[in-house]
Amino acid sequence: MHVPDGFLDAPTSVATGVVAAAAVGVALRGARRELDDRTAPLAGLVAAFVFATQMLNFPVASGTSGHLLGGALAAVLVGPFTGLLCMATVFLVQCLLFADGGITALGTNIDLMGVLTVAVGWSVFKALQLVLPKRLSMVAPAAGVAALVSVPAAALGFVGLYAVGGTADLSLDHLATAMVGVHLLIGIGEAAITTLAVGSIVAVRPDLVHGARRVLETRELVVRAPAQAQA
Amino acid sequence: MRTRTLAVVVLLVALVLAGVVSRFASSDPDGLTKVSENHGFAGTGTTHHSVLGGYDSLSGVIGVLLVLALAGGLTYALRRRRRDDERV
Repeated sequence: MHVPDGFLDAPTSVATGVVAAAAVGVALRGARRELDDRTAPLAGLVAAFVFATQMLNFPVASGTSGHLLGGALAAVLVGPFTGLLCMATVFLVQCLLFADGGITALGTNIDLMGVLTVAVGWSVFKALQLVLPKRLSMVAPAAGVAALVSVPAAALGFVGLYAVGGTADLSLDHLATAMVGVHLLIGIGEAAITTLAVGSIVAVRPDLVHGARRVLETRELVVRAPAQAQA
Repeated sequence: MRTRTLAVVVLLVALVLAGVVSRFASSDPDGLTKVSENHGFAGTGTTHHSVLGGYDSLSGVIGVLLVLALAGGLTYALRRRRRDDERV
């Protein structure tokens, strides 16, 4: 969903750039609370994984492909603030070295595929944690649903920006229908990859998964009597 | 699993995805590109020169390592150090 230069007019691009810079500023402060000696090593790896996975376009419908965005994945694994820093790094490298996403559109891309997917993904994940049983086995599926929702949300975000500063005169209804339709399909792929990736880390090191902290904290310490004592 | 082992495994997975699996990625236009073609505004987009060319195995691996260095360095610098916690 990388937006190239030229889709949005200059004032809108400046505004999205300001919003992106402010969001990264907030994330730089927030990430200090999420990162410690134990969890910090994982953060850079999550960014590297998101970059690699964004190269893997999978087919979704007639002649159309999509790839993981990764905001929900990053938020659940390393926390929303750190997750946004990971996403912003990915978009910066893609824009400057691979011409993937426009230079004036860098703020737009950070806002849509970073800020929006992290915010929506993390909110949906937290809401699901309130209603689902507090079990480790629920973390990965909740992350998957959050990922599914985050992709069409980013697509709608693009339509919103296009309504404000799109450079072509289009029917916004048609644009919204087309964008949400195809990105729901991409969201299914996003959900599958996110569930698999989060599930893998939860299986081996749940203590390193930011989104599993509450579950681990609320686990009661059960003192089990040795088998012989019961006999 | 030790943190270091996990880190090595995740890095290897990322490198294999970028260096090998990416060869099998779909080359069809992505969702936004396709919609812009169907709705007649693809032509309004412009593209700038790519320093590393397109995505291929080598540039993908370089990208993974560069993102790891940048994001890893940043988050490592931001982390709360153990000594800070003890002082509180």
